[in-house]
Amino acid sequence: MTAKNELTKSLMASIWFMFLTFPIMVIRVNTVTDTIEWRWQNMFAVGFGAFFLSMLWRYLIRKKEMSGKKDSQSRKSPIYQVIRDQKFALPGLAAIAVFTILFPHIFSMYQTNIMISALIYVMLGLGLNIVIGLAGLLDLGYVAFFAVGAYSYALLNLHYGITFWIALPLGGLLGAVAGIILGYPVLRLRGDYLAIVTLGFGEIIRLVMENWNEFSFGPSGIANIPKPGFFGMELSLHATTIYIFYTIVALVIFTIFVINRLENSRIGRAWIALKDDEIACQAMGIDKARTKLRAFALGATWAGMGGVVFAAKTTFINPASFTIWESVIILCTVVLGGMGSIPGVICGAMLLILLPEYLRDFGEFRMITFGSVLVLMMVFRPGGMIENVRKTYQFKK
Amino acid sequence: MLKIRNIDAFYGNIHALKNISMDIEKGEIISLIGANGAGKSTTLMTICGVVPARGGEITFEGTAINNMATDKIVALGINQVPEGRHIFPYLTVMENLDMGAFLRSDARGIKQDMDYIFTLFPRLAERRNQAGGTLSGGEQQMLAISRAIMTRPRLLLLDEPSLGLAPIVTRQIFEIIKKINQENKTTIFLVEQNANLALHISDRGYVMETGSITMTDTGRNLLANEDVKKAYLGI
Repeated sequence: MTAKNELTKSLMASIWFMFLTFPIMVIRVNTVTDTIEWRWQNMFAVGFGAFFLSMLWRYLIRKKEMSGKKDSQSRKSPIYQVIRDQKFALPGLAAIAVFTILFPHIFSMYQTNIMISALIYVMLGLGLNIVIGLAGLLDLGYVAFFAVGAYSYALLNLHYGITFWIALPLGGLLGAVAGIILGYPVLRLRGDYLAIVTLGFGEIIRLVMENWNEFSFGPSGIANIPKPGFFGMELSLHATTIYIFYTIVALVIFTIFVINRLENSRIGRAWIALKDDEIACQAMGIDKARTKLRAFALGATWAGMGGVVFAAKTTFINPASFTIWESVIILCTVVLGGMGSIPGVICGAMLLILLPEYLRDFGEFRMITFGSVLVLMMVFRPGGMIENVRKTYQFKK
Repeated sequence: MLKIRNIDAFYGNIHALKNISMDIEKGEIISLIGANGAGKSTTLMTICGVVPARGGEITFEGTAINNMATDKIVALGINQVPEGRHIFPYLTVMENLDMGAFLRSDARGIKQDMDYIFTLFPRLAERRNQAGGTLSGGEQQMLAISRAIMTRPRLLLLDEPSLGLAPIVTRQIFEIIKKINQENKTTIFLVEQNANLALHISDRGYVMETGSITMTDTGRNLLANEDVKKAYLGI
């Protein structure tokens, strides 16, 4: 009975797919000879494909539901257990360290440059993770702070000749200020409404940069932003790239360190409380407004610093680099990697930035692949690649 | 301890509290009873600063607390167990209690209070590593009360602790409330629908009707009062 049911369901699915794709897959109008080609074999291919894929799909869903019934202990992601295991953790970290140090020397400059972009996104993802993963505030305009950082370096350098190393903390600071400016009016908002307002904020920053020609040079952007110097020395292009690579690696390590500490601090606990239940949070004597502002400010700090590095790396910025699409990508790195989980966000960012880069051969199918990966992730691993496992009290008698 | 003088409160245009005045003395259990929508919860919310008070004055041990931020009021020693419990569903029982000690930094005192809570509610001790959301309604209520105790309040505001609980669990909870009051000298202000139980453990009671206080007396006298009997006790 059930087998028959399954077969009918898959059959229905395949018929639907054949019907839906009929106009594009089967009919082809040959405009030269004014004839219509009927490519029936395509229809059969679609039918068979849909039939088996729908079988596979339902099999996987069922398998997932079965495993969901197991107790929570065994549901912890296997990757996470490997990371937590002391036996693997140290050699693993050492291997990553060696690989990172050697990376720019082994691979070409093209690869190093891609890796720098990926690491900038790791930093952005970790910053956004504070806002979304820890404090539970859905921020869709995160790229605005990235833009603030990038423009602050570009403009400060242009007008006052401020160098990279001074601009880096300044960019972070200006990002934090922007975070508070955004955070203040949205203190009372949550969920969907917050998302809409932050979305608007991101667009406002971009539009201002695009139209305020006297200030930001509009769509033509700012060129010739200097790369960071090494104690006043001028470096060759190759050496600078390596230098930026190590700088961003150091920054990422610093970010991981700070966020790890934050998570287990008083502020971190206040964020977790805020995410869980606002009313209870207030009843515990937590200052809701200040806690939210801190989340926005600290999250934006990393975006600001990331922006400075980005400007230094590309040496040219214009508003086109800070569209809503960037916000979406950063959000995806957080959600795909695993909200609140630091290793998850790192993996998510690496995957999301490196994958499209290496998928360039696929051409137009790049975005379809990308989209399907996201959909599949949400269905089969809703908690992200490496799900966050919060440190909990384990009280044993 | 807590003095409320001629308070008004509004939700938009709706006049929710009309010229309310109340006194709560140290060490008392006070209950506020009344029908649905009488303004009982609003009174609590106004004390906590969630709903702003218009006119009048609220003082706690001589400090004016109207127009103070909620977290500052909590820091002064007033804590509310909100209606519907509002525990942290994804945190374990221990973490929920730890959250209650958010404003404190005396590790030893916190440990002591936790032990005290586990003697008060052995059920919570059994479930200390379990997520708050997986507890039953009664256990959640116990947790909510315990979490409030962790803030070491001098005035504990309880909003409908019997909400959605079986009569036997309700009775247990009320016994504990009485015990907390006697053992810790915590002043308790109780808002309840279950007038019978509430008045039984209370020193004094207030009766509320459509935003104003209509009657106040000792718990025993209110239980014996004909009008109260008819309206709230169903006798």
